[in-house]
Amino acid sequence: MYSKELTSKKRDEFEDILEERRLSSDLRYAMKCYTPVIYKGLSPCKPNAIKTAVLQSEQVQYVIKQLAKEMGESPDIIQEEATEILDEMGHSMQLGAVRFFISFCLSELFCKYWSNIVCSVFLFQLQHAIQEHPVVLLPSHRSYVDFLMLSYLLYTYDLALPVIAAGIDFLGMKIVGELLRRAGAFFMRRSFGGNRLYWAVFAEYVKTMLRNGYAPIEFFLEGTRSRTAKTLTPKFGLLSIVMEPFFKREVFDTYLVPISISYERILEESLYAYELLGVPKPKESTSGLLKARRILSDNFGTIHIYVGQPVSLRTLASGRINLCPYNLVPRHLPQKPSEDIQEFVSDVAYKMELLQIENMVLSPWVLVAAVLLQNLPAMDFELLIEKTVWLKGLTQTFGGFIEWPDNLCAKKAVTSALALHSNIARLVNGHVVLNDKGEEDGAIGEIVFKRALAILMCGNYRNQLLNVFVRPSLVALALQMTRSFRKEEVYSCFSILRDVFSDEFIFFPGISLKDFEEGCFLLTKCDAIQTTQQEIYLTDKGSVIVSFLSAMFRPFVEGYQLIFRYLSKETREAFTEKQFVPGVRNFVFQLLEKGNTQCYEALSSDMQKNALAALVQMGVVLLIFKIITIEDPATGPHIILTVS
Amino acid sequence: MAAEAVGSGGGSPSSARRRLRIISGHLRGSGRAALSPSPCKAQGGPAGPAAGSIPKKRQELLKWNGWGYNDSKFIFNKKGQAEFTGKRYRLGGMVLPTFKEWIEKTFGASLEHKTTSRASLNVNDVPPSIVNEEFLQDLRATNISYSQDAEDRVFRAHGHCLHEIFVLREGMFKRIPDIVVWPVCHEDVVKIVELACKHNLCIIPFGGGTSVSSALECPEEEKRTIISLDTSQMNRILWIDEKNLTACVEAGIVGQDLEKQLGESGFCTGHEPDSMEFSSLGGWVATRASGMKKNIYGNIEDLVIHIKMVTPRGIVEKNCQVPRMSTGPDIHHFIMGSEGTLGVVTEVTIKIRPLPEYQKYGSVVFPNFERGVACLREVAKQRCAPASIRLVDNAQFQFGHALKPQVASIFTSFLDGLKKFYITKFKGFDPNILCVATLLFEGDREKVLQHEKQVYDIATKFGGLAAGEDNGQRGYMLTFVIAYIRDLGLDYYVIGESFETSVPWDRVLDLCRNVKERIVRECKEKGVQFAPFSTCRVTQTYDAGACVYFYFAFNYRGISDPIHVYEEIERAAREEILANGGSLSHHHGVGKLRKRWMKESISDVGLGMLRSVKEYVDPNNIFGNKNLL
Repeated sequence: MYSKELTSKKRDEFEDILEERRLSSDLRYAMKCYTPVIYKGLSPCKPNAIKTAVLQSEQVQYVIKQLAKEMGESPDIIQEEATEILDEMGHSMQLGAVRFFISFCLSELFCKYWSNIVCSVFLFQLQHAIQEHPVVLLPSHRSYVDFLMLSYLLYTYDLALPVIAAGIDFLGMKIVGELLRRAGAFFMRRSFGGNRLYWAVFAEYVKTMLRNGYAPIEFFLEGTRSRTAKTLTPKFGLLSIVMEPFFKREVFDTYLVPISISYERILEESLYAYELLGVPKPKESTSGLLKARRILSDNFGTIHIYVGQPVSLRTLASGRINLCPYNLVPRHLPQKPSEDIQEFVSDVAYKMELLQIENMVLSPWVLVAAVLLQNLPAMDFELLIEKTVWLKGLTQTFGGFIEWPDNLCAKKAVTSALALHSNIARLVNGHVVLNDKGEEDGAIGEIVFKRALAILMCGNYRNQLLNVFVRPSLVALALQMTRSFRKEEVYSCFSILRDVFSDEFIFFPGISLKDFEEGCFLLTKCDAIQTTQQEIYLTDKGSVIVSFLSAMFRPFVEGYQLIFRYLSKETREAFTEKQFVPGVRNFVFQLLEKGNTQCYEALSSDMQKNALAALVQMGVVLLIFKIITIEDPATGPHIILTVS
Repeated sequence: MAAEAVGSGGGSPSSARRRLRIISGHLRGSGRAALSPSPCKAQGGPAGPAAGSIPKKRQELLKWNGWGYNDSKFIFNKKGQAEFTGKRYRLGGMVLPTFKEWIEKTFGASLEHKTTSRASLNVNDVPPSIVNEEFLQDLRATNISYSQDAEDRVFRAHGHCLHEIFVLREGMFKRIPDIVVWPVCHEDVVKIVELACKHNLCIIPFGGGTSVSSALECPEEEKRTIISLDTSQMNRILWIDEKNLTACVEAGIVGQDLEKQLGESGFCTGHEPDSMEFSSLGGWVATRASGMKKNIYGNIEDLVIHIKMVTPRGIVEKNCQVPRMSTGPDIHHFIMGSEGTLGVVTEVTIKIRPLPEYQKYGSVVFPNFERGVACLREVAKQRCAPASIRLVDNAQFQFGHALKPQVASIFTSFLDGLKKFYITKFKGFDPNILCVATLLFEGDREKVLQHEKQVYDIATKFGGLAAGEDNGQRGYMLTFVIAYIRDLGLDYYVIGESFETSVPWDRVLDLCRNVKERIVRECKEKGVQFAPFSTCRVTQTYDAGACVYFYFAFNYRGISDPIHVYEEIERAAREEILANGGSLSHHHGVGKLRKRWMKESISDVGLGMLRSVKEYVDPNNIFGNKNLL
């Protein structure tokens, strides 16, 4: 499942795409000769022709007739509705707009605010894929910048421009919405599960573009920007739509391309921290974006784009699914996918996310943040450097992909990382401290809030490491919790932790044992443990690593405990999620104010929601109530264990 | 009973008839004698078989290691030009000037790289005949002709799958029949089956030997004596009933003899599978055969009125000869498609029709395959399909083009050039995309012309252009020469085969594209160094779908185990067909080649139903060819 090869060589595969841009004029770039490679079976058509084809398709017509019959309305009225949906949804990609928007505006922005945009130069595989079969681009989603990043990249490399699934909220932004539309964005409502007409029109719209090979289809598996820089658990709806033409053999194959876009500094970093703390997210608006531009007066470092190897859906599906159900129903009828298929879609989604994670580029600052968070409130600069270098080695052992040129000395790397992120941490008298104080001392609540803000912002960088570290770290945690050498016991603890954190980190479904073995393997590889058939021993060197790893994940363990405690003590009746988040937040906030906990990260609404989701998924919400009330919640990780 | 229908043989009816005349000329005796109304009387000397086109000693007329007649084959003449030998077919003796270039271009084959088959069968390689003496005594007592000769046995040990022909050319079968018997009538068959039951022996019925499903291969693990029951000497038309338009025929008659003899009385069955020169009536029944002109005459299940079959449990037949009856599930449907696992079909009453007054070929060029399929779908929808309508894809169109004989007159070549100019330059068809439908109309002259107009009108709506009778006729010729071409290919490292399926209309295009693509991809993955020839045609139309026929061949130079590679690719192609909603087989049958997909195809319970019939009818597995189940 997880690639064990070391990725140090990957660095050689990158190429700076801004370099050339800086040397020539934007205008010339915008007007450059663009003759992309296209799908071999493409029958060229205009965006409006696609809409017409969708409206007239058997699939949509079938649903229209069904609805007309059920609601006793004339099909014309429903057809009208479908047309409106399509008009709202459809892109109207125009090369002119793309040239203007992508190359001119974005170049302008990109050149100004980022020092480098670097992309993997193995695009020939993508180029080949685009000609062969329909292609689905699956980038990670950390920032609004993602939206047109790929279009920019593909334009630069003379590849077919994608159509991009965007949230309908963008349409609220007056000019930007329309510009995005012309640049190839199409818009989907956030939730439309119950609306059959909408679902039919949307699905058919996407599938029509895919079948025709009209353009690569780009969407975000995570569904929304990850506010925490951790990969979010995947959404399956759009993925199952793009997979269906293959299941029904309307296309021979479909390529899925995992793409990792890593930011050295995320544009929305403070916005996210506010959001996680419950300060409402501003509605998307054009003026908001302009304000965002003002933030852009800073430097945001480097963006790394890694275009992964295209994955053939046919190869993934081979021998896995029984297509018989699809042969027994006319292909235009809406059909609920079988359990097999659903499971397959979910597996593919996780696989793609794991591939994204594998190719994420980690900056030195990520390491600094991880070390710093374990050494608050202040840390000696030299020690920080030493620890950072140590962590670099560990990260590389675990397969993390760090951008750290061989000739760059550690001090320089850490210093420049601190400089780029001076809004989060700074050097004071040879010590590095978080910027967690307000201008003047405020009320205690104010102090807690500021501190939480700083910790969450810093945490969001450390988070980038977590998916690389999660397997060995959960083994480490399990070792500490069980205080046992017996593999079996450690594994059962690991497996509970894995279930509890199943929404927090990305695990491939159903392979708990493999994950455990992977974790043990990596710990063995860095000489932290030795294993026999039955037992696991810590080495001398191991205790440092194990305690570092468990400390890295401690905020999550403690945070979840607080949340469980809230659930068991504070809520006695059924509650809604809307009540839940502010409820936990207040609960944790009070504990922080009183100094009864130091777990600021429990304030994160992301963590709160994940914890609840995991509990619901495990079906233990009720169970938790009983057990936690028996145990003393302050005694540490054992509580989770007893859940079993 | 042998399976019918390797993709070859029939040719066009008129050429078939011409062919038949020639054949009947140099075969002794005439078909007249066959029209004896009396059934076989075992005592007092057997009624004796009619003189059929295929002799008892098949090796006298047919190739021992390839397809068809000894005298008919493709060769490269001294000038290096391709030529088809013999006088049996329209193409006979003609030089095909562009064929060599086509082969070189399509397969990357070269005349310098040649493989050669063994010149003749080495009798010493042949597994010995093991037959128990008691059985032989009993058999002699019945006066039924038999042989333990090695050649006779090897000839009945195989059909015409690629791997079977390959074994003949380069190796030897591990297991072949121990003895060949030639019953001449129903009663003889009854006796043989009784003896087999008495001595617990295995019977494998043999009809025309044209199976392409490994149905005739002897199971290697069969320890009992294997009797090949050759039905070829049961080849008489027993009676013709002109009032009801039926004829009762012995099951061993081959297609060309049946049509020839009925023709003499002014009738035909109209059942023309591509293998009709060699395949037998019993074989058609046993495999659920389909004929080229099924649009008018129907498939075998539509043609059969009554079947008599000898099984270990006794004789199965209906008590009347009626067009339809409601007496539970139709027992004919246990027999049709049973592939020799239940018994031997001995006599069949089949529908006949007066010979058609008029026949006309035709062809239509379409700008692309999609338009062509759309047109066929519309023709099927309006239920106005001519006797035959087939649509070949571009690769097959070019293949047909390569088989054009040298043109005699400058005038014809000028006309051809003009036609080509009109279609490609004036109408803008891309010669590398366009495809061709071939048509055959049959019936009253007036109705044919009317029908023709209707079909051409539809074709016009789909961008089709009429492309003349000649092209149509050549299209049908392609069907029968292609099996001879395989033997030529084998000499030059090119192996190939055909396979077929049936599929709903809405999936035809996707299936054709995906299967072809799968073949190309599999070839690449399996290390085939040259691009394969992978092409298809839609050969039959139905209300709800179509029959699609694929040809697939590749140059295997550089591959150590070509047959294995070939089989893996064919298997992948079949998986692809099934995944695309196609059937396991439209008319070739299952045999042993496609058994592994039976459960998936007809469900567990379905398979159990068939098994329970087998268990009742043949509890000791006398008919042990291991086909189907």
